[in-house]
Amino acid sequence: MVEIIQQLINGLSLGSIYALIALGYTMVYGVLKLINFAHGDVYMVGAFAGFFAATSFGWGFFPTLLFAMAVAAVLGLLIERVAYRPLRNASRIAALITAIGVSLFLENLGILILHPDPRAFPDLIGLRTFEIGPLLINNRQLVIIGTSVLLMLLLHYIVTRTKMGKAMRAVAEDGETSRLMGINIDRTIAFTFALGSALAAAAGVLVGIYYTRIDPLMGFMPGLKAFVAAVLGGIGLIPGAMLGGLVMGIAEVFVVAFISSSWKDGVAFAILILILLLKPSGLLGRAAREKA
Amino acid sequence: MLELQDVHVYYGGIHALKGVSLTVEEREIVTLIGANGAGKSTTLRTVSGLVRPRSGKILFEGKPIQNLRADQIAARGIAQVPEGRRVFATLTVRENLEMGAYCRRDRQEVRADMDRVFHLFPRLQEREKQLGGTLSGGEQQMLAIGRALMARPRLLLLDEPSMGLAPLLVTEIFRIIQEINKAGTTILLVEQNANQALRIGRRAYVLQSGEVVMSGPAAKVAADPEIRRAYLGG
Repeated sequence: MVEIIQQLINGLSLGSIYALIALGYTMVYGVLKLINFAHGDVYMVGAFAGFFAATSFGWGFFPTLLFAMAVAAVLGLLIERVAYRPLRNASRIAALITAIGVSLFLENLGILILHPDPRAFPDLIGLRTFEIGPLLINNRQLVIIGTSVLLMLLLHYIVTRTKMGKAMRAVAEDGETSRLMGINIDRTIAFTFALGSALAAAAGVLVGIYYTRIDPLMGFMPGLKAFVAAVLGGIGLIPGAMLGGLVMGIAEVFVVAFISSSWKDGVAFAILILILLLKPSGLLGRAAREKA
Repeated sequence: MLELQDVHVYYGGIHALKGVSLTVEEREIVTLIGANGAGKSTTLRTVSGLVRPRSGKILFEGKPIQNLRADQIAARGIAQVPEGRRVFATLTVRENLEMGAYCRRDRQEVRADMDRVFHLFPRLQEREKQLGGTLSGGEQQMLAIGRALMARPRLLLLDEPSMGLAPLLVTEIFRIIQEINKAGTTILLVEQNANQALRIGRRAYVLQSGEVVMSGPAAKVAADPEIRRAYLGG
């Protein structure tokens, strides 16, 4: 029992990282119906932006986090403008292939500029472990969970209270009618990319703190897993991405702890297969409604 | 106020509007009738910028708008109640109305207009926090109209506002359209329900296979034997 609760804590920290990345997938899918496969690499760039902020400028946790988020937001805007906007009226498969291309481009650019060797992420938060009865919890986990919760609350505020956030939901539901309201679709999509990218960068910094190693290909597997998390929760649904991320993180940690660590990555895809077989619309999704 | 000059629209290979010309004067209700597929909706969608004409001119308050984006046209003061209502199902009633006022910066006036919409449609106020998708068909139509009014448009385009509504509700909707018009909004009304639409219109155009085949005072159009046979059931 203690072991289960212990793993639950570990799973929650990993899961909140997946959730942060999954949010970007799901929001972009919402407004553009595109799986932005370069999203995992934006997360990688975010981690490196944090790395340089911390090592070159010697910044602490919060400035580092904000800097990484800002860099990634700009990168997200750039990717949208250069790679996806010209394809707005092209077929969806063309955009999807482009997304894979952008991903490969960012990964190889990372290898070229940053070298493929892993780097040690600076120790922004000195490790301290607390014992609560038989449970072990460290302050890094608390920072990860706390930061994630804070960012998700902020996102919730943006999406439900601000004009841009509401416009984002309107565009996700019905682009044409949104245009009749005077909503500039391109600007809304750009905003969505910036927002999702910033969240991914936050995840990148948190991962750097947690695992203390980053490299240019670090975005590949978490990117895929976060994509699965978004599908698991129901692609296009913001609460779905949060729930899907947490479930994925917990599932992964449990499988490693109780079955075998060689199943660490396999579990994500087992979940993907299961959800596609059993409930393709995702945990929180309702059966797709066709628009008239 | 609005003038279409020889507007041609193509959907792929289909010639949907074959040189449509029409005018709407300030404070008028102009009714556009025609059979299914005659190009009524296409005409409205072209005015609001969802469809680009291949040739021809559209002037709004004297300025050409045919090359503007839909959101720019909305910002100029043209609002549309689209066919099938197209209420945002996942947004609340209040959020739907807020989206209608998206272009506006005058917050206090927007709030006053929302009160006005709630006064016009008390049912919407009762359901303010409900999701648009949970409303009945009639309520959704009210919301779609209220949402368009929130833009404080100078020209309101209505696409089949009576579609799928019970007869009593249809009468109510037409009454409200007249009320909106009396308050100073110019209206271009597309309807299958030609009878009532011609009754509230000042002038009317009849569209057939993408061409205007008749136009004139609504009463005169309604009295035409050919029109009576084709659209008014005898």
